[in-house]
Amino acid sequence: MFRMANPARFMRVSAAVLPWCAGATALLLAGALILALFVAPPDYQQGEAVRIMYVHVPAAYMASLVYVVVAVASAVALIWRHPLADIAAQEAAPLGAGFTLICLVSGSLWGEPMWGTWWVWDARLTSVLVLFFLYLGYIALIHAFDDPTRGAKAGAVLALVGVVNLPIIKFSVDWWSTLHQPESIFRLGGPTIATSMLWPLGVMALGFTLFFVTLLLVRMRSRLLAAKIRALRLAA
Amino acid sequence: MAGIGHFLAMGGYAIFVWPAFAIAALVMAGLAVQSVAGYRRRRRELARLDHEDAP
Amino acid sequence: MTRKRRRLVFVLAGMVLLAGAAAIVLSALSDNLVFFYSPTDLVTKHVPDGRRLRIGGLVADHSLHKAADEKTVTFDVTDERNQVAVTYTGALPDLFREGQGVVVEGVREPNGTVMASTVLAKHDERYMPPEVVDALKRAGRWQENAATAAKSP
Repeated sequence: MFRMANPARFMRVSAAVLPWCAGATALLLAGALILALFVAPPDYQQGEAVRIMYVHVPAAYMASLVYVVVAVASAVALIWRHPLADIAAQEAAPLGAGFTLICLVSGSLWGEPMWGTWWVWDARLTSVLVLFFLYLGYIALIHAFDDPTRGAKAGAVLALVGVVNLPIIKFSVDWWSTLHQPESIFRLGGPTIATSMLWPLGVMALGFTLFFVTLLLVRMRSRLLAAKIRALRLAA
Repeated sequence: MAGIGHFLAMGGYAIFVWPAFAIAALVMAGLAVQSVAGYRRRRRELARLDHEDAP
Repeated sequence: MTRKRRRLVFVLAGMVLLAGAAAIVLSALSDNLVFFYSPTDLVTKHVPDGRRLRIGGLVADHSLHKAADEKTVTFDVTDERNQVAVTYTGALPDLFREGQGVVVEGVREPNGTVMASTVLAKHDERYMPPEVVDALKRAGRWQENAATAAKSP
């Protein structure tokens, strides 16, 4: 039937796509690393410390992008009850938490030499920390129920509630005075970052994105296998 | 520029730059290992169960 | 309506209400969410003396002076409309210089000077190699700070 056919089709398609995703990920990340460390120039004021940008910024984008994936999948799960939607949301969340952690730690390492502090409670940093706690809370919540279906539903609701944090993260540097500087790339008037720095950043961001897609596919396949194992055990 | 020493020193910011790259590598490698290991474990389990059914 | 349609409406309505509530809460708390006051804020808003606060702006050109003991500095923080005098003893961040963005945290004396306990550098959103900056300077197109560092909340 419709519901059973979809997981099977997903397994077939993901099996075909996965080697290409994984290969492209490895190439992009390796290439981006070389660009970031050897090809990209130092900054006129930050010197070599600017290389942290090639880790911090892609991680920051992924932190929010993955949350969008979790939220959209959660909405699809709640509204259309698609069997793969819950799985997608739940398997994406740990990846998003990982990117947020990288963003926070690398940001702290960047802030100390450039700003003079490891941390401030300004709107940008605080809202990204909130995002990290949202990820952790979501992961905890889906496991908090005996009935996994109820856990999935509770998590989906939390994910949607947390969406309000995303525009706060994005616009925090515009709406309130913050120590974190304004947006350099996606802004009206075009990027304020030199091309020689922008495209290594783009390659790394693409690498991070494909990394996420690759691992999400692996994790979703893993969940579907687990479901099959459970079904076989019950039938035995 | 002046070779490997200068590169490693990162203009004096080495203690900030290298740990930043390290945390990214560690977290991403950790997630990759955990994801792939879990998948392989289940695939083995499924193969085992399939073999039990079909001798 | 179908159950699916009803769930869709509930989710959308819930999110709209949530967004509205968040907007109201944030706008009410707006003053508390700013990380620093601008020098103009100090003039227009009544901030009592003796309170610990944060001021952000640019380090005013030609305002940086080292005291005789070599460890204390004085400078002005400006937002191009008003300025605040600051005194600070301690290490300064690498990026600290005249014309650069700055956030100081300290206590305001009765004479209006801020005795700073912390000085942080705030850099702008521009990233470029030194050669590009030199070329822009030679062409007379270099501006010291892209859009003033201090934002009025």
